[in-house]
Amino acid sequence: MNDAAPVDARGLVKRYGDIVAVDHVDLEVARGDVFGYLGPNGAGKTTSLRMLLGLIRPTAGSARLFGRDPLVDGAKALDGVAGFVEGPRFCAYLSGRRNLQLLADYDEPVSRPRIDEVLELVELRDRAKDRVGGYSHGMRQRLGIAASLLRQPQLLLLDEPTTGLDPAGIRDMRRLVRRLAGEGITILLSSHLLNEVEELCNRVAIIRKGSVIYQGALRDLLATAVSRFRLRALDPERARAALLAQPGVGDVELRDGELRFAADDRTVATLSVALGQARIAFTVLVPETASLEELFLGMTGGDSSDHDSAETIAV
Amino acid sequence: MTALARVFRWEVAKLLAQKRTYLGLGAATLVPIIFVVVLALQTGGPNDVPLGRYIRDTGLAVPFVVLFFMSIWGLPLVTALVAGDIVASESHNGTLKTILTRSRGRGEVFAGKVLATATYTLTVVFAIGLVGLVAGSIAWGFHPLTSLSGTKVAPGHGLLLLLASLAVYTLPLAGIAAFAVFLSTVTRNSAASVVGALMWALFMQLLGVLPGTESFRAYLLGTQFEAWHGFLRVPADWVPVTRALWVCTLYTGIPLIAAYLVFLRRDVAGD
Repeated sequence: MNDAAPVDARGLVKRYGDIVAVDHVDLEVARGDVFGYLGPNGAGKTTSLRMLLGLIRPTAGSARLFGRDPLVDGAKALDGVAGFVEGPRFCAYLSGRRNLQLLADYDEPVSRPRIDEVLELVELRDRAKDRVGGYSHGMRQRLGIAASLLRQPQLLLLDEPTTGLDPAGIRDMRRLVRRLAGEGITILLSSHLLNEVEELCNRVAIIRKGSVIYQGALRDLLATAVSRFRLRALDPERARAALLAQPGVGDVELRDGELRFAADDRTVATLSVALGQARIAFTVLVPETASLEELFLGMTGGDSSDHDSAETIAV
Repeated sequence: MTALARVFRWEVAKLLAQKRTYLGLGAATLVPIIFVVVLALQTGGPNDVPLGRYIRDTGLAVPFVVLFFMSIWGLPLVTALVAGDIVASESHNGTLKTILTRSRGRGEVFAGKVLATATYTLTVVFAIGLVGLVAGSIAWGFHPLTSLSGTKVAPGHGLLLLLASLAVYTLPLAGIAAFAVFLSTVTRNSAASVVGALMWALFMQLLGVLPGTESFRAYLLGTQFEAWHGFLRVPADWVPVTRALWVCTLYTGIPLIAAYLVFLRRDVAGD
C-alpha cells in the first residue's frame, strides 16, 4: 500500500435539486486514526461516506482513498478499504455464511477457515447457517463487520455502527472497534452519539447541515472548552471579591449562588491557594464544560438538521 | 475461475434461492402438461394454429403448439418476472451497495446479472419444450412430424428441428428480458419493471395485428416469435430466421446498452 492518506476528500458537494446534502466538505484521515465523523441525523454524514465509497457521484469535488479516486479507478480504489453505509444489507434468503462466501467471491475467493475466523470474531459462528432474514439488527451489524474484515482492510468505514443496538450490543461493538483500531486499522466512524466519539476517537470532524464546522484532534477540541470554571463557596460575595482581585481571572458571574469564570489551569491552581489563605471556604471548584456535548450543542446551535427531533442528539 | 464467472455463478445461486424463480419456471412447465391433459380428454383441437391439427399425431408437435400460445403473454410474463427483478430487488434491499463495495467493477456485476437472466430465459424455453415433448409423447407417442409444407419428418430429424426452433424462439424473448432489465435498472422497482416489460410485449403483439402496420410488421418483436416456422418448411426457409437474428439483436442490444450505461453511472443510495 502507498503512502497516501487513507481518506483525502476535497470540496465534496452533493446536491439533490435545490437541496445541498453535502456542501464543500474536506476530510483528511491519517493512518492509524480512529476518526469520528460527528453530526446530527440528516447532516450529510451518510451521503459523504457514500461518495467516499464511490456509490454516488459527487456534484463537485473529489474523494481519494489511499490516493485513488473511486470515480476514476472504480473498484480498484477500494483496495484495502471496507465498510458499510446506512447499515449493512445482505440477501435475507441466504445464510450468514453463504452471504460471506458470496461477498468473498466478489473479491478474491477466500478459504473456509478465514470465513470461520471472521464469524468467530463477531461471535456469529453458531448462527452462521441460519438465513439472514431471521437475524436481529445487532447480528446483521456484526455480520457487516465480518463481511468488511474478510477484505483485510487497512481502512474501515463504519456508518453509525451502534445505531439500533441494545446496551450490551453497543458495548460489544465499541469493544470490537477498539480492538480493530488496536490492530492498526484506520477507522472512519460516523456517529450522532457524542459519548461514542469521545470514547473511541482521537480525531473528529463535526458536520452540520452539510458543512464541516470543526476538524481536528479531539483533545484540542476539548481543551478549548475547559477554559471556564465553576466555584461554589459558602460566602459567594466574598469569593466573588477574591476572584475579581485575582490576576488572570475574567468574565466573572454570580448565578444561583454559584460563581462562573474564565481562567486557565495555572490561574485556577493559584486561586485555590489564595482562597484558602483568605479563609474562603468552598465546596466545588471544577471545570465547567468538560464534555463534547456542550461544545457540540454550541457549534451545531443545538439543532439537529431541519426536520429531526431532539432525540437525534442523544448522548 | 475468472472473476466474471464467479459473479455469474452467484447470480445464478441467488436466483436458485428465490421463490420467484421457481414460480416462473413451475408455471411455465405446468402449461404443456395442462395442455396435453385437456386435449387427451377432449376431442376438438387447436386446428387454426400451425401444427395444431397434427397435435394428436405425435408428441413432437406439442411443444410447437404450446410455444405458439405462450408467446402472447405467458412467456413474456415468466421472463419479465425474473428479468424485471434482477437489479431492482437488489436496489430495493440495499444489497447492491454491499456488492458494489467489493472488488468487482460495476460492469462485471451488470454482466453477471445479464448472463444469469439469459440462463434463466433459455432454461424456461427449453424446459417447456422438454416437458411438452415428454407429456405429448406419453399421450400420443413419438411419431413422425408433419411439417408446415405437409411432408413427413422422421422423429429424429423432428427433434433437431425442435431444438433449433426453441433456440430461435428464445431470441425475441431475450428482447423482452433485456427491456425488463432496462426497466429494472432505471426504475429500481421490481413490480413496475415486470408490468412494464409485459406491456411492452403486449404492445408489440398488438401492433402486429392492427391494420396499417403491414409495412413494418416483419420487424416487430412479436413477429419474431414465428421465425421458427422457417425451420418447419421443406426446404427450410432461412429468411425469417436470419431476420429474427438481427432484429432481436437490436431489440436486445439497445435496452441492454442503455441499462449498462445507467448502471455504470447511477447513484446507489437508499430508496
